Amino acid sequence: MLESLLFLIMGSITIACALCVVFQKNPIYSAIFLIQTMVSLAVLYVLLHAQFIAAIQVMIYAGAIMVLFIFVIMLLNLSKADEEGERDNLFFQKPSAIILGFILVVMIGTVTLKTVFQGVKGEYTPETISQIGNTQLVGKMLFTKYVFPFEIASILLFAAIIGAIILAKKRIIED
Amino acid sequence: MLISYLPILILLLVVMGFAISNIIISALIGRHKPTAEKLSPYECGVEPIGSARERFSVKFYIIAMMFVIFDIEVVFLYPWAVAYKSLALFGLIEMAIFIIILLVGYVYIWKRGGFEWE
Amino acid sequence: MIEALIFLVLTIIKIGVVVGVLLLIIAYLIWVERKVIAHMQVRLGPMRVGWHGLLQPIADGLKLIFKEDIIPARASKVVFVLAPVIATVPALMAIAVIPFGDTISIFGKSIDMVITDVNIGILFILAVTSVGVYGVILGGWSSNNKYSLLGALRSSAQMISYELSLGLSLIGVIMISQSLSLVDIVDSQAKYWFVILQPLGFLIYAISAIAETNRCPFDLPEAETELVAGFHTEYSSMKFALFFMAEYANIITVSAVAVTFFFGGWRGPYLPPVVWFLIKMALCIFFFIWLRSTYPRFRYDQLMKFGWKILLPVALLNILITGLVIILL
Repeated sequence: MLESLLFLIMGSITIACALCVVFQKNPIYSAIFLIQTMVSLAVLYVLLHAQFIAAIQVMIYAGAIMVLFIFVIMLLNLSKADEEGERDNLFFQKPSAIILGFILVVMIGTVTLKTVFQGVKGEYTPETISQIGNTQLVGKMLFTKYVFPFEIASILLFAAIIGAIILAKKRIIED
Repeated sequence: MLISYLPILILLLVVMGFAISNIIISALIGRHKPTAEKLSPYECGVEPIGSARERFSVKFYIIAMMFVIFDIEVVFLYPWAVAYKSLALFGLIEMAIFIIILLVGYVYIWKRGGFEWE
Repeated sequence: MIEALIFLVLTIIKIGVVVGVLLLIIAYLIWVERKVIAHMQVRLGPMRVGWHGLLQPIADGLKLIFKEDIIPARASKVVFVLAPVIATVPALMAIAVIPFGDTISIFGKSIDMVITDVNIGILFILAVTSVGVYGVILGGWSSNNKYSLLGALRSSAQMISYELSLGLSLIGVIMISQSLSLVDIVDSQAKYWFVILQPLGFLIYAISAIAETNRCPFDLPEAETELVAGFHTEYSSMKFALFFMAEYANIITVSAVAVTFFFGGWRGPYLPPVVWFLIKMALCIFFFIWLRSTYPRFRYDQLMKFGWKILLPVALLNILITGLVIILL
């Protein structure tokens, strides 16, 4: 009961922050609200008994990716004039955002309708998880059953390294 | 289970209260006599030149990018480390493959001068 | 119901005591640092306020509260005020999962000497402290000052670079203890301290922790000869004090983690556990101050090269060695 109440409160805070991200004019304010959104999501994960994911959410999204975001915002340092000029070039943004958002809602809807509302429970209930330990269980599953996706992740990261260097390298030589 | 996170919430409230009240108290009882000189940015006594919001070197961006990638690697190591004794040799080989692929990328950054600050 | 109430009251008392002691240590750490460095340079340090300057922290605090609170004309005001809060809150939060004593029993109730023992333990500390970097970035950016921006950029690039090797250096200990909970890690050091099993891990941790807290010889962000005061150049009054507090709280956190991970936490003979914990932590902090008065500052390119080209591969090597040894034994 108390958990659901907390979940509702945190959920509304998260959505409010996410809306602020979209409606803020200043990119730095947007970024700050995005950090707050990430942290609120981490709290939601804790309420869902996924402590490991919660910690990772803060470490990676709030602590690493948002640093990159803020660096990029500061690097580009858009002045008022740039903002006005850029707006028209992004006309395809709105339709594609609506379509992708719709697909996401449908996907989440089908999954929840098929599982949660029909009372289907997974193999690992909160009780078993807290007995083994959240991180221990993630480790065991990730490195036995899901080892292939894990190795694929390294190739993805490798591709990201190459991409980042190639994108930035031209600038390094110029400097 | 969840009850062990309640103290963290209370601590957060206490600490935030402390930080915010500090700022409010000093704003209330500190003196306020702003002058144009006092409010201008400090540039060692010289008249400020231009804006401080300059664009800066792309190197910082590369460092942040590399940090994101290697931080994800570090995060994968934590669940691996806690389950290591039950995974044993199999776990070590798995992680070795993962790290070696990333090390190839690491060597690539090194060779292309991604870590250089000339 | 009554159980829950007792739990709540106990928690609030624990938090009150821990935060109070933490703030007291921070206040006196500044005095200790000035005194120790002074004596190492054959000076006396603060002597005027109280016996051997013992009331100096109180005088400093009062002075800072009454100082004028300056917000530069072209600063982003909201972010400028928010930045010191973002820096301070995570720095003081990290103490929550660190055990500072054995379980004691009062009136038949057993009380754990830790604010809370969560099973993600160290990940909580790493996650919370990784948010602290925004205090630095946003503080420097919002000041609208060239030195602040440059200081903030350097500082944050340094902090994120060394966060990697900091995270990697602790993996070896976790592989041995098989738990992320700091209480369990202290328990698994009943026989011997992990610094004996993980000497390389400790060395990497020590170096990265010093760089992570922006302390000498890695205190480039506030290299006064080139950047005035780094990211907090424009800050005054209690906002400046909050940044200062955050820095010292971070020193205490990394020292407490070092004690917990490598020096057996609160374990020790004869004296009560809490005293042992404080003694070990004090020695770690003394080491920080000692370094500051001994070594000159690194150059920025040396610092970044050292972090990425030496510390990172060595930390991975340490994990490989630990893994092989565990399998062979």
